[in-house]
Amino acid sequence: MAAILPTAPLDTAEPQAQPQTPPPARRRVAPWADTMFAGLARGAALLTLAMMIGIIISLIIGAAPAIKQYGLGFFVSKDWDPVQDKYGGLVMVYGTLATSFIALLIAVPVSFGIALFLTELSPSWLKRPLGIAIELLAAVPSIVYGMWGLLIFGPILGTYVQQPLQRLVGDTPFLSTLFSGPPVGLGILCAGIILAIMIIPFIASVMRDVFEVTPPMLKESAYGLGSTTWEVVSKVVLPYTKTGVIGGIMLGLGRALGETMAVTFVIGNASQLSSYSLFEAANSITSALANEFAEAGEGLHQAALIYLGLVLFFITFVVLACSKLLLMRLQKSEGSRA
Amino acid sequence: MSASDASRVRMHARRKRTNAVALTLSMGAMAFGLFWLLWILYETARQGLGGLTLATFTEMTPAPMVDGGGLANAIFGSAVMVGLATLIGTPIGMLAGVYLSEYGRKSWLGACVRFINDILLSAPSIVIGLFVYSLMVPRMHGFSGIAGAVALALLVIPVVIRTTENMLNLVPNALREAAYALGTPKWKTVLTITLKSARAGVMTGILLAVARVSGETAPLLFTALSNQFWNADLTKPMASLPKVIFDFAMGPYENLHKLAWAGVFIITMGVLALNILARVLFKNKH
Amino acid sequence: MNFAQLRSAVALAASIALMPLAHAQEATGAGSSFLAPVVAKWADAYSKATGAHINYQSIGSGAGIKQINAKTVDFGASDMPLKDEELKASGLLQFPTVIGGVVPVVNIAGVKPGQIKLTGSVLADIYLGKIAKWNDAEITRLNPGVALPDAPISVVRRADGSGTTFLFTNYLSKVNAEWKSSVGDGTAVNWPEKSHSSGGKGNEGVSQYVQRLPNSIGYVEYAYAKQNKMTHVLLQNRDGAYVQPEEGAFKAAAAGAEWNKTFYQVLTDEPGKASWPITGTTYVLMHVQQDKPVNGSAVLKFFDWSYSNGDKAAQDLDYVPLPDSVKNAIRKQWAEIKDASGKSIAYK
Repeated sequence: MAAILPTAPLDTAEPQAQPQTPPPARRRVAPWADTMFAGLARGAALLTLAMMIGIIISLIIGAAPAIKQYGLGFFVSKDWDPVQDKYGGLVMVYGTLATSFIALLIAVPVSFGIALFLTELSPSWLKRPLGIAIELLAAVPSIVYGMWGLLIFGPILGTYVQQPLQRLVGDTPFLSTLFSGPPVGLGILCAGIILAIMIIPFIASVMRDVFEVTPPMLKESAYGLGSTTWEVVSKVVLPYTKTGVIGGIMLGLGRALGETMAVTFVIGNASQLSSYSLFEAANSITSALANEFAEAGEGLHQAALIYLGLVLFFITFVVLACSKLLLMRLQKSEGSRA
Repeated sequence: MSASDASRVRMHARRKRTNAVALTLSMGAMAFGLFWLLWILYETARQGLGGLTLATFTEMTPAPMVDGGGLANAIFGSAVMVGLATLIGTPIGMLAGVYLSEYGRKSWLGACVRFINDILLSAPSIVIGLFVYSLMVPRMHGFSGIAGAVALALLVIPVVIRTTENMLNLVPNALREAAYALGTPKWKTVLTITLKSARAGVMTGILLAVARVSGETAPLLFTALSNQFWNADLTKPMASLPKVIFDFAMGPYENLHKLAWAGVFIITMGVLALNILARVLFKNKH
Repeated sequence: MNFAQLRSAVALAASIALMPLAHAQEATGAGSSFLAPVVAKWADAYSKATGAHINYQSIGSGAGIKQINAKTVDFGASDMPLKDEELKASGLLQFPTVIGGVVPVVNIAGVKPGQIKLTGSVLADIYLGKIAKWNDAEITRLNPGVALPDAPISVVRRADGSGTTFLFTNYLSKVNAEWKSSVGDGTAVNWPEKSHSSGGKGNEGVSQYVQRLPNSIGYVEYAYAKQNKMTHVLLQNRDGAYVQPEEGAFKAAAAGAEWNKTFYQVLTDEPGKASWPITGTTYVLMHVQQDKPVNGSAVLKFFDWSYSNGDKAAQDLDYVPLPDSVKNAIRKQWAEIKDASGKSIAYK
């Protein structure tokens, strides 16, 4: 009923309506900018790809003379004789593998213990500071480990660990060769222990991260059935996260394989292998490169060293690729299993 | 008590024991890990602080057996090479991270680059040094600071790519869609909106990259050589803190050992400070 | 930071990095660690006197030879002289700098410097691994009255390509037939496995290892032993006398050098009652055809100054400066170093 509602008087003094101009044409600010930006971004990504290919190609070219000369037999030959130009990579490969193996042997249980502590045991006010402390250990540059290892840890290892070990082992057949050699804090054992300390933070962080994403439901179900903490971790969490754990271990392994400085300081720099002793001076691929590359003349010596570098790159490539695939699989299954 | 009750009690006791042992070992592992960190930091502080004076920052690396001297040229060289590496590596890394997050989430190139980036992230740094040596040193007829900077840049790039991509992925799509709805072109969206909101995380990534390369020695061994004098010329050999520490530590001279410890202290404190700063920055934003 | 800030930061960094400092001249050399202590002193004094920076990196003679061949440094330094054919093939010339001695050093509790006597043949047997303990009959026979421990000998040698190794192994080859046939001499040799030796990098690394490892033996240039107060050993020379390593002994060994015939002189096992058996000199290697004549000139000016003013510094470290006649012959030889146009580069 229009008559009841009071209506405002029509404002006859309304402003003149503007003449209707057509709306401004829609123009893009610099339409080429989009293509250029996309191109730049793509270019940067391609550059990364090119970097990787460049590294592999330059390594292959550099190693070509040695590959042609020795082929795969390079890795079963112990000779490293710059005088007679005969090279074989067994000593360095053994050094790299042995130090990394010792590092893993020590680091994996310790990292597991740390991850277990951080996820299950520690009171919540302690979790963050401790977690940060462990991650800070990862940030310490490797040269610090090397110098500390050479000047402080090495002598202590020699006197308090290596000498007693030698006396303990005495003449037992296999162990005595393993622990023979001058107990002076140099060699594969020392390098392996320092590498272990270096990779503990990496493995521990990954383990802690994967332990934390275990669905609480699974753990609580186990607790509800009366499991102890240890049983929950070993029988529920670990199987659930095993791909992630293995991925983390391989990440640590990749790091240990490629480490140069910490190893070069303490490994003793001997390119001969008289026995499989852990106390003798030895060489790893990285320490051989660090020591000998500057003086390797053009020719077989330099090619042999680059061949070793190529092999190292290849080994770390395989290890890291496996680790990445495993970690990716864990990520995928996170969605499906929750 | 029946036989089954007795065995249940026994088994329970055993399980409790295993649990106690495992948890004690775990605490032991934690203590073990912390012990090394504390010991290394303690030794670094004790030996390093002892040799740290004002002269360490103002005087050049000394000849052996010469009293005094400092690390000024090494600190400067490191700062220049790390700074240059960051300047070179960050734009490339950020652009590639942008590609992976904005353009390449599903493309084959994106998947490839992501995979390769993770490999490069953990690749042995000495191999990178060899690569840059073969690329630059014989061609430039000499060792140079710029070759060292390029080698470090190749180590910065993967870190920056990884963090940039992760941070950009965290930006909610709603933000992007709002920008597109208002007619913003893609490049402008990325630069002014997405990157800006991920700013803190990206800065964190850059800081972590800087922290990582400041301590790297191996890539500098065959690229920048070293220099006992002050050198600001990038086409000549340049001293760097890690290389100088390596040379001094491997020698017999006591005065150089003290300087090496001081250098180790400076690097460790610098790297730890950068890491802590990165964390604080990241936490404040989120 | 926004774009403007970023831009100015880049500009600042670039200007700092590319700012050339105004010093007179600069050159880079690398190689022998045998020469390093005295070159470090010379370069220090030279930079105080003239402001020019001669940057010398001790990376080992082998690396010095490689880097000068690759033209990545302005001069290389090697204690192993190159033969004439090698010099011609690489377009290099070499000239000696100072004379010094390679000295075996030990680290045995209770033994003082100059207390232990060894013959070259026994020294070679130690490095062959045939003599494994300090109280072996061969050693105690030469050292009656010295308490030698019943401990294995920790043998230390060089891990890198070294002119010092060349001098040491050259001497061992001359005095021990088995060493000569099985190992030989060179900057890098196939060290006998039996000796279980560890490798140090540079004279610096060997000094460090010997200082740290108990019951060890190594070989270093004498300046390292003197500067670090290490325990040196007396060696029996060709004439049968046991000599202390010091300037006089090195000078006696160098007395027989025929510098006027050729600069290629290996002074090991020289005759003379006072001669030190492992003496040698370090050679500077430069290209005859200089691509960077300014740098080449800087190098020559440095060595000219060092020959004229560096004798005292060298003698303080027990190096023996070259006789004046040799220095003049060297300066004459520098006329052969030419730039692209065929003109000899200046050194005055």
